[in-house]
Formats: sequence, C-alpha cells, structure tokens
Amino acid sequence: VGLALYAGSLCAVSGATFLYHDYCVIGAGPAGLQAAYFLQQAGRDYVVFERSHAPGSFFALYPRHRKLISINKQYTGKSNSEFNLRHDWNSLLSHDRRLLFRHYSSDFFPNADTMVRYLEDFASLLKLRVQYNTAIIHVTLEKNEQAWNGHYFLLTDQDRKTYKCSSLLVAAGTWVPNVVNFPGSEYVEGYETVSINPEDFAGQTVLILGRGNSAFETAENILGVTNFIHMVSRSRVRLSWATHYVGDLRAINNGLLDTYQLKSLDGLLEGDLEDLAIVKDKKGKLHITLRFYLENRNISAGIDSVTLPQDELDNFATRAPYDRVIRCLGWKFDFSIYNRSLRIMPGKGNIKKYPQIKPSYESRGTRGLFILGTASHSVDFRKSAGGFIHGFRYTARAVHRLLENRHHGVPWPSTVYPITQLTNSIIKRVNEASGLYQMFSVLADIILLRENATAFEYLEEYPAGVLAELETQTGRKAHSGLFVIIMEYGRNFSGADKDVFYYNRAVGEAQHAWQSNFLHPVIYYYKRLPTEREMRLRPPDWPLPRPDAIHHIVEDFLTDWTAPNAHILPLRRFLENCLSTDLRNFFAESCFLFAFTRQKLPPFCQQGYLRMQGLVGSQELRHHAVQAGLLQDYTHTDISGDRPPDSHDGSQDQLVGDRAIPVRPLQHLVNAKDE
Amino acid sequence: MSAQKDRWVPSLFLLFCACSIPTSGSAGLQQEQSPQHYFSGLEAGKASLAFFTPRVSPGAQPFLEQIESSAEALQDYGISVVKVNCPKEDASRYCGRENALRKAFLFRGNRLIREFPTDALFDVNSIIANVLFALLFNEVKYVETLADLENTENMLKGKSNMVFAYVPATGTAEHRAVMEAAFVYGTIHQFVLTTEAAVLKATSHDDPDVSSAQLLFCHCQRATDPAQPCRRTALGQPLTLLNIHRHLKLMAAPLVTEVAEDPEKVSTVHLQLGLPLVFILSQRETYEADRRTAEFVAWQLLGKAGVALLSRDLVDLNVLHRSNVALKTPDEGTPIQYLVLEDTDEVITLVEDKNKVKPIQEDEQEEEEENDEDEKENNNQDIQDDQVVEAVSRDKKRELPLEQILVLTEENFHSSLSEAARTVVLFYASWEAVSLAVLRSYSEVAAHLKGTLGVLLSRVNCWDWPGLCSQENVTQFPAIRIYKEGQRPVTYDGMWGTEELSSFILLSRAPCPLKLATMDEAEGYLRGEFPSELSSHPHTSLLGVFSTATSEAREAFEEAANILSGHIRMGMYLEDDALTLSRKYSVSPPALLLARDRGRSVEGIALSKHISQDMVQMIRYELLDIFPEITVSNLPWYLQLRKPFLILFSAGDISQMESKEMLKLAKGRAQQAFVACWLNLEKTPVGHGILRTYFSTVPSLPVLLWVNLHAGGQVFEFPSEQSVTEVNILSWLEKLQAGLEIPSSTLSEEDWKPPLPAYDFLQMMEPSVPELSLHASPQPGDTPAQHPPQSPGGDPAGGDPASLEEPSQESTALEGGSPGRGLRGTAPRLAARDKQGRRHSEL
Repeated sequence: VGLALYAGSLCAVSGATFLYHDYCVIGAGPAGLQAAYFLQQAGRDYVVFERSHAPGSFFALYPRHRKLISINKQYTGKSNSEFNLRHDWNSLLSHDRRLLFRHYSSDFFPNADTMVRYLEDFASLLKLRVQYNTAIIHVTLEKNEQAWNGHYFLLTDQDRKTYKCSSLLVAAGTWVPNVVNFPGSEYVEGYETVSINPEDFAGQTVLILGRGNSAFETAENILGVTNFIHMVSRSRVRLSWATHYVGDLRAINNGLLDTYQLKSLDGLLEGDLEDLAIVKDKKGKLHITLRFYLENRNISAGIDSVTLPQDELDNFATRAPYDRVIRCLGWKFDFSIYNRSLRIMPGKGNIKKYPQIKPSYESRGTRGLFILGTASHSVDFRKSAGGFIHGFRYTARAVHRLLENRHHGVPWPSTVYPITQLTNSIIKRVNEASGLYQMFSVLADIILLRENATAFEYLEEYPAGVLAELETQTGRKAHSGLFVIIMEYGRNFSGADKDVFYYNRAVGEAQHAWQSNFLHPVIYYYKRLPTEREMRLRPPDWPLPRPDAIHHIVEDFLTDWTAPNAHILPLRRFLENCLSTDLRNFFAESCFLFAFTRQKLPPFCQQGYLRMQGLVGSQELRHHAVQAGLLQDYTHTDISGDRPPDSHDGSQDQLVGDRAIPVRPLQHLVNAKDE
Repeated sequence: MSAQKDRWVPSLFLLFCACSIPTSGSAGLQQEQSPQHYFSGLEAGKASLAFFTPRVSPGAQPFLEQIESSAEALQDYGISVVKVNCPKEDASRYCGRENALRKAFLFRGNRLIREFPTDALFDVNSIIANVLFALLFNEVKYVETLADLENTENMLKGKSNMVFAYVPATGTAEHRAVMEAAFVYGTIHQFVLTTEAAVLKATSHDDPDVSSAQLLFCHCQRATDPAQPCRRTALGQPLTLLNIHRHLKLMAAPLVTEVAEDPEKVSTVHLQLGLPLVFILSQRETYEADRRTAEFVAWQLLGKAGVALLSRDLVDLNVLHRSNVALKTPDEGTPIQYLVLEDTDEVITLVEDKNKVKPIQEDEQEEEEENDEDEKENNNQDIQDDQVVEAVSRDKKRELPLEQILVLTEENFHSSLSEAARTVVLFYASWEAVSLAVLRSYSEVAAHLKGTLGVLLSRVNCWDWPGLCSQENVTQFPAIRIYKEGQRPVTYDGMWGTEELSSFILLSRAPCPLKLATMDEAEGYLRGEFPSELSSHPHTSLLGVFSTATSEAREAFEEAANILSGHIRMGMYLEDDALTLSRKYSVSPPALLLARDRGRSVEGIALSKHISQDMVQMIRYELLDIFPEITVSNLPWYLQLRKPFLILFSAGDISQMESKEMLKLAKGRAQQAFVACWLNLEKTPVGHGILRTYFSTVPSLPVLLWVNLHAGGQVFEFPSEQSVTEVNILSWLEKLQAGLEIPSSTLSEEDWKPPLPAYDFLQMMEPSVPELSLHASPQPGDTPAQHPPQSPGGDPAGGDPASLEEPSQESTALEGGSPGRGLRGTAPRLAARDKQGRRHSEL
C-alpha cells in the first residue's frame, strides 16, 4: 500500500520530511476503525496507524481463552435496526448492513477470532485508510499559530518516520499489563503468557491474583483439573448484575464463586497485594508470606530463614503451598510515548490506568487531542459502557460531531420539528435509540426550543458532561430553553452490596416513576443552558445539575415506553407544563369548532387543521371519542331552540375530559418486573 | 348545603373533644364548688345554664357530655354553662332532690327561667336551640294556629317585617339555625315559629313539603291593606344559619337600586352574595313606567337577583340605543350583557336560567370535590384527555381490514414500488395515535378503491423500519406519499379523511397538467369530457392556455400543476391556435380558463404571474366559491383569507330566496372585505356547538351572523325580525361598522394552557435526595414555575412527600415479614394495593 495514496500533503520543515494529515488516529482497534469510518464518511483527510499487520491486535491475543463476554443477540423479536443495536454489543456503527456482528457469529458469546475477522472486514469493506505495521513510538507538539489548535502533532514511528497532524485521536486502548512488585513477584506468571491448556494444570494448586473477568476466566478454564484455586485481591468481588456495570464480574465467568460457596475447596480471599511476598521452597512450591516478615532479610537465604504467617498463626488461610501463582490484574494506557509537553496525565484513584480527559473526550492537557475507545473510560468508569465497544462506538461518533463543528463549521446534525411532534419525537427516541440506552447517563438527546415554543430542534447523543458548552460545541443556539433526554438507573438501586432482587423493586405507577430502579428515560427541563459552574456543582452521581423541572418515564419490564396512559400521557403533561401550552391532538371537527369559538387555536389545530391537514378520523373513532366524553355529538341535537342549554353545553369543558373514564387500576400490572 | 356542612364541622369537632377528654371538660365550662358559690356569683341579667352533680357522678354522663360540649357555643351568646358540684351533705333545692340531678337549669341573673329535662337536651343542636328558645321568648313568638299567625301579622303591618319559620320538630339543626338567626335579627324583625304542619299548609298555595323546615320572609312593613296577607318571600334553600342570614340580608336590601354610574362599577349586596344584578335601562321620558317595571321585576326576582334602575341620561353608555336591559353576573371578568327584551317575563327567564345552570355546576363541583377526597391520589392527571389517543385506544381491539394494504419492509420496499404504476405508501408508527387514526381512514380508502387499476396501497411501520423511513426522509408521521416510477414521490398534503384521500389518489392517476393536443380535445375538456381517471372528480376544471412562445409562464404553470396535482383537475393547451381558443373567453394567452358546473360557465383569467408559487396561490384563490357552504373540510381555505365571516346558519338547505340574496350580496362587491357563506347544520352538526357558544339559547333558524374571526372576535346577530335581503343586510352591516350594534358574544381570547398539572417529581425527590436542595441553583428566586395550575393544597402527589415515603416502607416491611410469599392471595393484595401500595408486589 503506497503511502503517497494517503498523504494529504507533503511538506518540509527544517529539512525533515513530514507526511501531513488533518486527522491522525492511533490504533486500528474497534475505536480507531469506528473513528475512521466517520472521518471517511465526512470526506476528511485522515490516517489510522496500527502497529500490527491487521486491525484489532488486542483481540488477536485477548481474551486468552478466546471467549468474548460481549453479547451477540440474534433475535429480539423486532426488526428495528436501531433498537436491535441495544442488544448487539459487538458491531461497529456503519451504513453497511453486512457489517452486523450477527452475520459473523451465531454464538451468544462469540469467539475473539471472529472479532478479529470482523474488524478486518470492517476496515476493508469500508475501505478505511489504515497504515499497518506502523507503531507510533513518540508524539510531540509543534507550536504554530496557523494550526487548528495552536499546534501540530508530530508522530514518530518505529522507523523514525514522522507524521504531522492537526488533530490527534488516540484509540490505542489499554494494553500495558498491570504488574505488582513484591518480593518473589518473579515467580508470578502473567495472564498474557500463562498456558491456556488445562492439562498443564492437572493436579496443581493455583493462586490467582486479581478478581476481574480475566482472573475468573483463567480460573474457569482450569477449574476442573486443579486441586484447588485460591483467588486474592484487594477488594471484594463486584458482580455485574448487581452493579449494572459490564466491566464487573460477569455471570458467565463466575464458576469459581459456585465452587467456593459449594465447599469444593476453591476459595476467595481479600488482601492487599502490596503486602504480599512469595517464597519458593526447595521443591519449587510457592509459599505466601507477608512483606513485613521479609524486611531486612535476604530472601535468597532460603525459605528456612523466612518467617511464614502460619508459624505464628497456625490456621493462616493460605498456608498451603501453591504450584503456580498467576497475575490477572488488567491493563493500563501506554503513557510512555507522549512527550511531556502534551501533559497526558494518569487519572487519580481507581482511574489511574486511564489518561485524564474532559467529558468531551478531549485531553485535559492538550487541545486537539482526543482519547477514544477503552482508554476514554475515565469519563464513566464503573458507571456506563464507555470502555466497551457497545458504548464507545457512540462516543466516537459524538467526538466526530464535535470535531466537524469545531474544524469544519458543520453544526451538530439536528432535525427541526413543529411543537406538535414534541411528545412523539421523545417517545420514538427512548424506545429505539441505542446510544442513549448503551451510554446511559453519559450521552443525552437535546431538544432546543425555538422562540414561542412553536418548533424545536432535536440533537441526538450529545455528551451530557459538556452541556454547558453546548452552543460552542454544536453550533446550535439554545435561547428558549431546552430538554435533555437521558436514561438512568434508580439512584440507590445498583451497587456491589445491594440486593437487586428485593421485593417490590419495580415501580409500576406513573406517579411514582421517580422511584424507578431499572433503566428508564429521564427528561430534564432547563429554562436556560446550565453554566459550567452549575455543572461543576451538580449533586454527586447526578449526570446533570438541578433542572427547572424533571420527568421520569416509569420503568418498564419490556423497555417499551409506548403505553398511552402510563408513559405518553404523563410525559405530555410534563411537556405541556414546561411550555405552558396544550399539546393534545384534536379531530378536525374540534378544530372547526375552536376556529369559530376561540380567538386562538391549540398547536395541533394550528399546525394541522389550519394547514388543511386536519385529522378527520373514522366514524368509529369519533364515536369512541364521543363515548369517552371527549367529543360532543351534535347530530341528535334538539334544534327547536326552546330548550335551555343543558349541562352538556360548552364543548371546551368537555374537552377538559372531566367525564372521562378513569384508568383501570390494573392496567399498569403489565409493567411488573417480577414473575 | 355546604354552609350546613360548615356549621356541622365545628360542632362535631367539639363533640369529639368532649368525648376524648371527659374529665377536664371543654373550654367554656365553668365549675363551681357548691350551689352557694354559684348563686352568690350570678350577675344580674346574665344567663347561665347550670347543672348539679354529686361528687360521685352517677349514670347521667352522656347528657352531661352533651352539655359540656355545647358550652363554648353557648358562650358565643353570652350564656355561661356551669357545672355545680353538690357537696355530700347538701340537701338544697337543686342538690337534694334526686330528679333535679337529671335536669339543667337556665337562669337569668338568679331568676330561674326554665328547667330542662335531659331528654330535651339530646345533642348540641337541641341544647342550643332550646336554650335560645327559652331566652328569646319575646323575640320569637311561637304560634299553634293560623289565627295566631294572622294576628301577629296584622299587628306588624306597617310597622315591621316578620320572619316566619316552620320546623317539623324543636331541637333540630334547623330549629337551632332559626334561633341563632333570631338572636341576631330578633330586634329588627319579628320571628314567628311553628311546628304545626297545618299552619304551614294554610299559608301556602301549593302543597308544601311538611317534612322539611321552611322559612318565609313576610314584608309586613310595606303592607297597607289589612285584608291582604303580607307579601312573602320564601327561602328556597335549606335552613342553615348562613342561608337565613343571606336571605335576610337580601330582604333588607332596597327593592330597586337607582344608579347613575357606569354599570361596570356598580356593586350591590346581590353581587357580593353571588347573585346577578339586572339593570333596567331608563330614560327621562319613560322614567315612571320604567320604575314600575323595575319594581315589578324586582318583586319577581326577590331573593334571586337584584334590580337596579339605570338612567341613561345620566350615564353615557356605549351600547345600542334599543337595549333596555343589562345583566351583570357576579363572576369576575364576565362582561355585562346588554339585551333588547320585550317582556318582563324574558328578564325573569333570563335570570332563572342563569341560576338554574349554576346550582347544577355547583353540585357537580361538590361531587368532584368529594371524589377527590375519596381518592386523593387521583387528580385526574392519569385520565386520558386527548380525544384522539383515547378514541384509538378504545378501538384497538377491533381488527382493521388491512388485507388490501401491502406491508412494506426494508427488504421489499424498492421491489414493490416497481410492481404497480403508482404506489401509495402510508408511513406511520404503530404506537402513535394520530398515525393509527389515519391508518383507520386509510383502510377505508383501501376498501373504497378496491379494484382500481394501477394503484397499489401500501404501508410502512416506521417503528419497525426506522432506517427505511429516514432514508425516504420521513421525519414525522403519519405521512402519505405516492410513488411513481421514475418520478419524485408526491407527498399528500390534504385532510386526513377517507374522502379527501380517495379523491386525491384517484385524481393523481392522471398526469397533471393533462396535455390536450387539439382544439376539439380542449373544448371537450371544458365541456367536461375527461379521461376516465378524471371523471369522478366533481369540482371545477382548469385549463391553461399558452401560445408556443410563452415558455416562462408555461413552465410556472406546469410546476404549479405539479404542486396542485391530486387536488385540482388541470389541463394544458399549447398549440398555435391557442389564441383562438382563449379569445372565445375574451382573454389572450397565457391565460387560465375555469370551467364550473361541467362547462356551463367558463371564465377566462389572464395570467400575469409567472412564478409557480404565486400561480398556485392565485389558482387556489380563484377556485374558492363566492358563497360557499362552509364544512369542516373547507373552512381552512376560507380562514386563510383572514377576513370576517358573514355566515348564515341554517337547519337544512337554505331557501332559494336567501341563497339569491346572499349571492347578490357576495357578488355585489368583487373585493369583499368579508367571506359570505352559510352552514348547513344538518350536514355540519358541530355548528350547533358554535351557536351554543354564541348564545345562551339557540336562536331561531336560520340566523345570520357576522363573526370577526381575526380581529376582536365579536359576533353580531342580524335582527331576526328583518328578512334576509341584500338591502337589509347592507344597512345592518353599515350600522355594525359604525359601531351602532352590540355584539351578542365575543370569542374567548384564552390561551391554550396545559389542561392539568404534571407530576412534580422534583418536589417529590427533594426529601429523599438532600443533595438536590443543597446543590440548588445559585439564584434561590429562580424556582421552577412549572406547575401553574397548582391550587393550594390541591397537589396530592407532591403535597406531602412524607406520605409518599411511608407506604412504601410499610409495604416493604410487610413483605419482609413474610418472605417467599407465593401467588396465593394475589387478588386481595391487588385490591389492597390501591390503598397502600405504590410499588408492585410479586405477580
């Protein structure tokens, strides 16, 4: 593949030759390819650098036991392609229907090789510009006032070839294995190299360090052949079905929990790995001791001189010697290739494996550098899905839209609707949108109201964390208030120690929707855009600051929020009260009556009937409306005129519906979560 | 009714207090150590009710409790209630005798007025009624026979008025109300009370209901004729203190108030008490007669409305000179109605009708309030008030006949489009009510067009195929498009009705414009000889005539035809002899020929505008009728003209005479400043709704109205006594323009506000999410003004957040107590859930 093909321009600065591109993407994994797809669709000048000879090199090696734990749901009973992406965790976004993962595998948990094949197809079918066998080993900045961000990015590859870009998208993932250094850590095997052949573990006693999915996956593989497996980690195991976080231990890997609690010798321990030490005895068995005992002692002096915990505490839990110790501690971002001038800093606390970024995915240290994919997970670590394909495919699109606006004057895509479509547009999105669903509490749909609230503009999947910067980031104006549509779990529902199966956990009645626990849509209303200060001061665990009004659509067992009375009606009332208008639909006959008896018409009549698009309605429907007391039947009216108007007079009153039939009290039982 | 309730509440409350704290006694009760103490402390002229109890109280407790609980109420009337303890050894008159202990004694000063046996004092009402009755012996005269009553009445004639009350029994709530009223008004009016049904019957002409209490105000002060009984005005409402008070106030008001100021500013006791005020508009010349009329009316309306005599000479009224009566209602903001009435009966009917409607509404409201109390959570917010949504959900179980309509998917969409000459596609969402309403009409269209060649009806559910819909650029549903191979699809932009849609589809089959090749064809077209696809369309045909040179106009016309395709039958003639054709209709090309009534009249219009949009406008305008029958489907076209409507409401077809006159009027001035039209109530029954809004009573039909739809909203009624002729109408319009007529009604200017409040989740969340309030926005004044219709305390859901929390805790506790409870007893739990549960238990 000729490089010249990709080169947007070739320029010479101080004697060195640079290959220039507007956008450089580091890494041709799922996130890099996803970003490349959007850049390609927009016709931008870009290149993707991949150190390996093929895309998805991480997946070529990991997971070691080759079973992906991202679900590949073949059937949902629906043909809605957008909805179906809610249950497809592996596909990338594209217009090409061939590139759906279900065409590649029928396994619910597919093999990692399939992912590699899929990524290869994605890159080649879409003709993405990927430069393989190019490992970027150094990134630095070159100040230039002409540049988009005040500087260019200079990238050097393993052959000392240099590339220059205006914007840098880092989709390199987290691939540097986490290691712990303690006395005897040289005896520890790493997840990345350990044997995956169970026979190699026959009759052995194994200690696994770590309690993530890789640790349990390793244990699962050898569970049947070992004497027993012990697993040690600092914190307690976190189960993903209790935390609603896909990065925690998935049920598919938790065989060891089963054997531990069913008294089959395997076990789980908590302890700080930093305090550990391992000593090897003459037979090659590994003994656990504490670093504390080894201080000022020469470890090479031999095991006999080392104090073991069981010498003092003869029932010490891990007193049995191990044949093997395996480290499964996950990976971190490769910080080493960035020049200090880029100020790429690790996060603090439990997100130290990720670089620090803003909620817009832009690096905190360098303007124009965006982190995509797994490495961008600091934004929603242990909360949402931004570290996984089914999450970052949407954040990559969001970053692309931000860039289109910033560098190319292409505002965030939006659709303008008349206000009568307000309820519908929200209902449509909360029922099918996959980005809102997968990236819950992170990506939000934004409705910008036009003046006088006669129309609105709909923006999809904007990062909620940068709501305050909406106008500059999207190029759209929010002068008359806005709605933010986001999906949330109940605030105190999920968590490592929570009982997520308690009785009465599901809310069924719309008026108590705010207590909903399962994922449900929430709509925030602001009369004006929140400021950055308000964003900063928002309540902890809140995706957004205090709104002027809020609406929860009650959780639904089928995640189908189209029930006219339980879902749509309360939403309509909320929207009506925010806008101070009447958003009901009316038959043409009602609009006709209003046209003659009122100086103003409701929006539905204004935007429909008055524009010759009145809803005539069939005989049956009008009959039903009359029966419901919402429409007056004048056909049998006594027209002699001597009868005074009776209490049925005044159809406006009728339409307020004071005589409508109350909702059947049992109707919401369809929402019950329990079987 | 409500006043009665009000009265009951405090007394019930007192009862409750007394029962719950029997030892300490109620607030107004005094205690005395001994009879000596008591009698020595009595003040002259001050009344007190005493009862004597031995230290160890025997079984008379319930009676004592009642007395104790009336103490406070009696204190309001200056009567103290005293409990006198009898020392053991005391054997005086009150303490010593056994039966005295079962009685209560009423003293004024230290004079015993009456002793009451306990059975006369069974509850608070009876205690107060009897005590006051005894004290007001002079003010309230008790009569047993009609003769007694007549005697009293005669004595009062010319001196003072009399209040005559009948109660079926003493000691009742009504009796108490009468006595309480007598306490206040006893010095002004003579009160007369009876329990004899015969007396009541004798005073009344019709058969009164003797089981309920009655009160009559007898106007004896004005009575001069000793032979005649005083005029009487009955209290038409239940006897409560409030109603009696209100009645007496009304009776005391002057019969006729003379006013000399703007009626808007006038306020009388009637208006303050919620009754209407009738103005009799008087002039100097007719003053005496008007005054007599006013007095006559006032007597008729006594207790129902006030009557004022307004001298027009003193007040400059901007109303019709003919108006003679005005009606002012107590409702704030309702403008004064000026009327031309011929008969005093009409005035009375007018007021009585107003009053008749009102109590019904009040009752309804009360009922509603009661319902609200019953189920506080149901503020109707969860009741569907959208007519379309509700109608569709009521119809959802009916299976629609959709066999004729092809279901399109992402897979078969493009292949299906090529199967028929034309494919009509309905894009809809299966969850959306308006879509489903249109789908119902669409299925009727399908039945209607069954067997029509060359048209395929189909549908796409955008909920199933969002990709297809966005690819076809359908962002709103419903949408109907007609696809024709090789052409841009046409989007339907007409009414969502079966007829309109069918006609559109049928007309769309022919090319628009239809190109006519020869002069014969063109003339045939104007005569109404069309190809079969076009023949079903009943309306006016249009023919564009162009010379071969006028390409600009022709192109604009073709584009306009494209836009109007499906709505209007359009032809085009473009040949060398176009001039010859157009000359026949005295225009020259480029020109439009309008053929109405199958060619019976052809009108030629020169085309001056060469921009397609303008041409569309012009064509649409030209096709509007001069004197149309307004229907639900054609009104929007005429509303677009933004002119006032001169509209004739007719029970059926209008008569030829009316039609002729109106047509003359409409044609008379080509550039009319108004839309002359008529409405057939038989065909458009919703017109009744319009008339009812305009008039309190439906006027006799036909009725001609001037409706200022776009400016001011006034509605004027053409005088019914005049005949509908061009001349009459024109002179009426002139008067109207000159401001000499009074509108019969004015269209409401009200905005369309949210019909009901929303759930205030923000408020509900606050107690459980303390960080919310902590992190409230920096400006505390900027609180969400989200729920304007919230009445004080009327928001049951948000009103008491604490009560929200409670039941859920309760129910979890309940569930915790019986873990693993199965499905047994689900039904009772479901029933109970409504009360306690906001959360589901297992199902």
